[in-house]
Amino acid sequence: MSHSLSWNRKDLIDVEHLSREEIETIFSAATAFKQAMEADDKKQPYLNGRTVVNLFLEPSTRTRLAFEVAASRLSADTITVTGAASSLTKGETLRDTAQNMAALKADMIIMRHSASGAPHYLSKVVDIPVINAGDGSHAHPTQALLDAFTLLEKFGALDGKEITILGDILFSRVARSNIICLQKLGAKVTIAGPSTLVPKAFESMGATVCHDLQKALKNADAVMLLRIQHERQTSTHFPSLGEYTSMFGLNKERAQWLKPDAIIMHPGPINRGVEIDSELADSNRSVILEQVTNGIVVRMAILHLCYCHHKGIEIELPS
Amino acid sequence: MKHLLWITGGRIIDPANNRDEIGDLFAMDGKLVDQLSDAEKAEATKVDAAGRVVTPGLVDIHVHFRYPGQTHKEDISTGTRAAAAGGFTTVVCMPNTSPVCDNAGTIQRIIDKVEREAVINVYPTGCLTLGMKGESLAPTGQLKSAGAVAMTDDGACVQSNEIMRRAVEYAKMFDLPIMDHCQDQSLTEGAVMNEGEWSIRLGLRGWPKAAEDIIVARNVILAEVTGAHIHMQHISSAASVDILRRAKDRNVSVTAEASPHHIEFTDAQLFDYDTGFKMNPPLRTEADREALIQGLCDGTLDCIATDHAPHTPTEKDCEFDYAPFGVIGLENSLASTLGTLYHSKRLSLSDVIALMTHKGAEICKLDAGTLSTGAPADICILDPDEEWTVDAEHFQSKSRNCPWHGETLKGKVKATFVAGKQVFDGKSITA
Repeated sequence: MSHSLSWNRKDLIDVEHLSREEIETIFSAATAFKQAMEADDKKQPYLNGRTVVNLFLEPSTRTRLAFEVAASRLSADTITVTGAASSLTKGETLRDTAQNMAALKADMIIMRHSASGAPHYLSKVVDIPVINAGDGSHAHPTQALLDAFTLLEKFGALDGKEITILGDILFSRVARSNIICLQKLGAKVTIAGPSTLVPKAFESMGATVCHDLQKALKNADAVMLLRIQHERQTSTHFPSLGEYTSMFGLNKERAQWLKPDAIIMHPGPINRGVEIDSELADSNRSVILEQVTNGIVVRMAILHLCYCHHKGIEIELPS
Repeated sequence: MKHLLWITGGRIIDPANNRDEIGDLFAMDGKLVDQLSDAEKAEATKVDAAGRVVTPGLVDIHVHFRYPGQTHKEDISTGTRAAAAGGFTTVVCMPNTSPVCDNAGTIQRIIDKVEREAVINVYPTGCLTLGMKGESLAPTGQLKSAGAVAMTDDGACVQSNEIMRRAVEYAKMFDLPIMDHCQDQSLTEGAVMNEGEWSIRLGLRGWPKAAEDIIVARNVILAEVTGAHIHMQHISSAASVDILRRAKDRNVSVTAEASPHHIEFTDAQLFDYDTGFKMNPPLRTEADREALIQGLCDGTLDCIATDHAPHTPTEKDCEFDYAPFGVIGLENSLASTLGTLYHSKRLSLSDVIALMTHKGAEICKLDAGTLSTGAPADICILDPDEEWTVDAEHFQSKSRNCPWHGETLKGKVKATFVAGKQVFDGKSITA
């Protein structure tokens, strides 16, 4: 993956507005960071003396940790503000919170928010780079990019590959960003799950909608499982977790419907025994932990590229 | 001394009387008269309307003036000035104030305020149910005696079919229309925009059209069995238009309005999460927009109503999910409606004026919306072709949540008269 570096944005809000070249630029940088991470000293100097604020207004462990690790590997000082600790619970607006952070001379804001569109709004309010760490059901661009990076490591290229995303699609920002990102890289995307969580309207995003699990798995080169997000659903979308597992849970028997070399992915956190059988999650088909490792380097790449563009600095990468 | 007005040489369009001709208009002491004597003409205030269109003052049966209780958004003074600047001389304001208009005292309070501060005619409505909670009937008779011209729980559609049935049956005794904001709330929990391709793409909670269609169908059934008049507010869905068309074919006593924003915009406007386009009901699809226009053209939908819903810039300046629903439209709705229906060659100028004058007035049985002899001398003078750019920063309204801000529209109000007195001169409020 050696490409010339093409990057002209200070914010990463969604995947929809990225060109294939921009996505490949992120992957080039991520590859360089991944190689450099093999060294004992994992730190890179690029954000030395800079302050990165993790504004996590919705609970998150994995993504928040990954961003904290990514920022500190770039030598930045990181401050994490969580929903309960922020002044938003005292009635402060997002505009005021963000402008206060800018006034504290923060250099970048990474935001997780339960409301779709919030990072887009934030990027218009402050001048410093804004990185979307997940907004409502809308977008989770860094997750989709690390998923695609992981797939590219496995397959070399995604043109013509068939990827099935299985689970709660309706409320999933991961699904939306992946549907867009994977198609930009040439893959075909099938989304599968119960009809109430995988509505037909997703076809307008180019995905094939399928409610027959066997059909959805048969030709897949990779299957990406999503957690059932109890916290986002009203109780009416499906009968029970037990019914979900019995109809759509991935177990060893159903995994045999997959092609022999197909891989299993999950953005985490996984609910063992619900959407995925515990043994399967730990099997050699699973790349779940590689996704976590790649999550660091892809995010390092994004922080680095956005900051360099914001400051008009020429992009350097570890050699 | 008599107050005399003589408007000369304009194209007089008075749809209620099938009048469309160049001529003069006369008023004496607030009422329209056939003619003035030469002596009276000599004393009259003379207004040259040559090259302009002279219509009845516009009528809007759906506005929110936020008094009492939410006057940081709008009040009777600013709301009526916004209306006058938009060519309106009569409006009907909704009862979801604070406190709500479920008692005669609150209605009286509004009427007192109107007498002191309004520059146009304002009619209040009363709540259908106590506290707009949909549980027990508000004192309809007392509300009517106090001055309410219709009953409505606008914004909080009555969910119980039993309460709705009794409410319409009871209101019929007083010959009052029921206005209903058609929304099955069980289908719209947490919803912020039309359910469809755009809600999927934006990851926003979708608001299915069925939420409106189901209540429109219910109301048609209740109007048919009770004989009561039910008016459906701000229809947004194609299927609702179809349900209403069939009901009208059977002569069921239902009427309906469409808003200027639903006939101009679609949910694609939300592509960048602009809270300025967030309203209830939400903007729908192109097919719905077209069905609404069809409905206005064939009479299925009776009138245009703005649903002028002011919110302050601070309230709208937030995450899309958290922004209040509503847009303002009084100051530009004539121009935007002319653009959507007249300049696009869907309806004649006279038909559009009808939708914005006597059609709405008839629904609420108001003495407004015509240029009949003896009618109040409420008049709008306009230039249907003059272009202007909407600048919400200079609105008479207290609020700025106008989705047309920055748009160039065709059709400008040049003067507004209430009871024969000029209240707007095309630039400023003169009342």
